[in-house]
This record gives sequence, structure tokens and C-alpha cells, in this order.
Amino acid sequence: MTDALRVDRLGVAFDHFHALRDVSIRVARGESFGLVGESGSGKSTLLRAVVGLAPITSGSIAVDGEVRAGQRRSRAFFRKVQMVFQDPYGSLHPRQTVDRLLLEPLAVHGIDGAEARIRRALDEVGLGPSFRFRYPHQMSGGQRQRVAIARALILEPEILLLDEPTSALDASVQAEVLNLLEQVRRDRGLTFVMVSHDLGVVTHMCERLVTMRHGRVVEMLTAAALATGAVSNAYTQELLRASKGFVRAG
Amino acid sequence: MSPLLVVENLRVAYPARAGGIIEAVRGVGFTLGRERLGIVGESGSGKSQTGRAIMGLTAPQARVTADRLAFAGIDLARASPRQRRALRGGRIAMILQDPKYSLDPVMTIGRQIVETLRTHQPVSRAAARRRALDMLAAVQIDDPERVFGLYPHEVSGGMGQRAMIAMMLVAGPELLIADEPTSALDVTVQLEVLNILDRLVRERGMGLIFISHDLRLVSSFCDRVLVMYAGRVVEEIASGDLTHARHPYTRGLLECLPRIGDDRHPLPVLDRRPEWAA
Repeated sequence: MTDALRVDRLGVAFDHFHALRDVSIRVARGESFGLVGESGSGKSTLLRAVVGLAPITSGSIAVDGEVRAGQRRSRAFFRKVQMVFQDPYGSLHPRQTVDRLLLEPLAVHGIDGAEARIRRALDEVGLGPSFRFRYPHQMSGGQRQRVAIARALILEPEILLLDEPTSALDASVQAEVLNLLEQVRRDRGLTFVMVSHDLGVVTHMCERLVTMRHGRVVEMLTAAALATGAVSNAYTQELLRASKGFVRAG
Repeated sequence: MSPLLVVENLRVAYPARAGGIIEAVRGVGFTLGRERLGIVGESGSGKSQTGRAIMGLTAPQARVTADRLAFAGIDLARASPRQRRALRGGRIAMILQDPKYSLDPVMTIGRQIVETLRTHQPVSRAAARRRALDMLAAVQIDDPERVFGLYPHEVSGGMGQRAMIAMMLVAGPELLIADEPTSALDVTVQLEVLNILDRLVRERGMGLIFISHDLRLVSSFCDRVLVMYAGRVVEEIASGDLTHARHPYTRGLLECLPRIGDDRHPLPVLDRRPEWAA
């Protein structure tokens, strides 16, 4: 079976700065795959390169076996792959209502039956019809992120790229959004690629993950291995230790 | 010994746009000695507004009232703006979340530290420079001379936050308020900064108010923790006693975090009760 996403020896450079070097990952269909690392590690850049938002200098990206080169992506590509960004305050148009926000992808792709689809999409993410004509500033962070998820799902994609989808949210709201994401993944058999700096979140959501540092993959492991501490790389061990919280020295 | 800080029935109210008022803090009270107190809550709980009211940094349109708000015997509620300015940065200092926004971008790090010190103490330029360099060394900056001359954009987030701590501690405050001091930092850097803060607070015998959304982090760092919800303190717990938290909000907050090696699908979510905010 072809991989849902296959990245081979990918390099991304912004002028003289190499954000990604020689990165390879394979994500099976229906899998939930995690990318972990600290700021500047290249984890978000990897997602952005997949959707054509970062300048690829070497290597290749294949979705469903189809190789995507350069930064151009077809419309058909975005029917398959959608992305949810970190900051629900920045990723929704502030002057558009939820209705308008959800209509946009349907209009771009010339999909009929907008009315029913918008209603269904809102329902799926647990927002009632009363949210349909609200503006982003009239909603909480968690509600906005639900709208962003609805916008990504309305095109019925197969692969969802999630860039720190809950790190701007309160802990209690994070739990709700993570539950929602697991629910839609189960219902629709989606493939997830999820970026997070939080090992707890990634091991909760993903079966396999890679840790990244300075634009390279340093270790590939399963969530189960991470949970038992079966970690070989020193940097991953450091992340694991740090995620356990503060311990007074001496 | 009299406590360092006494807060009784503190209230902070903002005028709402539609008329009426929004009470961000509704009757918070605690006393603080030379100890570490954590204040935990989610966004909108009033934790930062509590810290800002003590510091005297509440926005001018808000109304701050308290039955008592006293620092080392000084009645802050009745202190003049001049008195409060003298305290702020001198005997009471505050560390903010993100060094990118809280350091002056057009002033070198060294000059900012020197400025803070000379605002509060009559020291010569040369002496101030020496103390700033010592302070930078105390926050474990390897090459203080070099960092002294750098601008905030030239240093990393962790380095910027150390500079911020240096600036805040240089005048030798007795009370330090740290509002999400490490939330903008990477996890591994977070621990370095916390270790530095931990050592300095211990060595200098300061009182510390540590404000954060992260209940686990705060309880591992502080002696006791106040949990805030909707402008009130709903629970106070000794930090070792987190597992014995009684209030459903505190328990919910602990439960809803995904943990490594834990298999709970779906995660428990908070069922917010209106009576918690009553």
C-alpha cells in the first residue's frame, strides 16, 4: 500500500538558512504521526513545505504516491490535504463571519450544497447553528479553533496537518479540542500529521513520532516506546526529562 | 514577624463597553511571607490582574479596591503615585512573560539594567555597570561583558528572560512577582531559567508570587498554591498536596492534561459549574 505521505531527503532553505536538511518520514494511511521539537527545529516548516508554503531546495514530497515538486499545489491536492494552524486568533479572517469562512473553501473548489455542508460541518465540531453568523472576535479561543477545524474538514480531506493545534488554548479547552480531533479522525478514517512541543499531547494523539532538532530528524520512535522511556537519543531523553517538570536542584 | 504582603478583599473592576462593570478580581485575599506562593488559573481567572494590582500596574480606567493592601507596612491602596513608582522595580519587582515584548528593543541590555538600578539607588555609573555585570553573571550568562552591549533582538528567548531576571533583581527587591516567566520558552530552556530563579530567590530570601496557567509547574516550584477561577480563589493547597486537591475545578484541571504513558481516550473534560463562579 502506498504511504499517505512520504517525504524523502527534504531540504528547505530560506536564503542561506537551512531550515530543513535531509528529512525523511513516511506516514501510513490512517496513521497519526507526531513531529516533536523545540522552536527552530523545523517541525512546522516540514508541514508548511508539504502544503507548498516553504521553499523546497532538495528532496521530494509524495502524497498518495503522487510526487509534488516546488511550491505549486493543485486544487485536487487541497481536497486531499488540509491544515489547521496554531493560533486561532491569527488564522481566521477577522472581518468574516463563520458562515463566510466556511463558504470560502467550497467556493474555491466549486462544491455545491454549501448550505447543508456548512450546517453539517458546524455540527460535527460541536458548534450549534447559532455560531454561524458570528465573527471570530465573538468567540473564545477554543470555539475559534473548532471553526478552523470545521474549515479544514469541510473539503472532506484525507490528510489533516495540525500545527500546534492546542498550544494557544487553556488546558481544559485543549482536552476538548484533542477529543474532537480524535473523534473526527475515527469517524472519517483520517491521517494526521501533528506538530507539537508537548510530549504529553503527542503521545496521547499519535502512534509514532519523530523528534527534530536544528532542521534534522534525530530520532524516530513509537509513542509506546516513549512512554516506557525506551529512548536512545540524548536529545529526546532531555525533552522527556524536561516534560516531567521542575525538580529542585540539590 | 509581620508578613511581607497582606491582601484583603482585593477587587479589580473594569467599566464594560455596554455599561456596567466587569469584575476581573472579586475579593482575593492572602498573606505572604518570605516564601513562594503560586497563583494558578486559566485565562480570565484574574491571576494576572491580581499581580498587576499589587504592582500598581492596573490600567487607569479600572477601579482597584481592597480592605487592605499592605507591603512591608506600607499601605499600597493609599500610597501616592510617587511612592508606588519608588517601590516598583525597587522593593517590588515583576518578571513578565515574553522578553521579546517586555525589554526595550532600542536599548542595550546593559543600559536597561543600569537604568533600573540607578533609578532606585544612588550609585555611580561605574558601580552600576559593575553590579549589572555581576547580575548577568548571577543569571548564568557566560560572557556578561558581551551580553551587556547587545540589544534584545540579538539574544535568544532564554537569554532575554535571564536578562529580564537580572534587570528585575539588580535593585535587590524583597518581593518578586513573576507572571508566566517561562511560558514563552522551550521546555529545556524553561528548566534552566527556573533553576536560576529558584537559586536567586532562595539565596536572597525574597518573597515570590509565581503566576501561571500550569498547575503542575507551579506546585513543583512553590510552597503553596492559590487556585483562581472567575476572579476568586477557589482553593489553597500546599504544593506537596496536589493529589489531595478538593475543589472540582482544581481536580478537573489536573485530570484534563494528557500524560505520557497514560491511555485515556477521550480525555476527561471540565464540566464548568455556575456555582464555582458564585
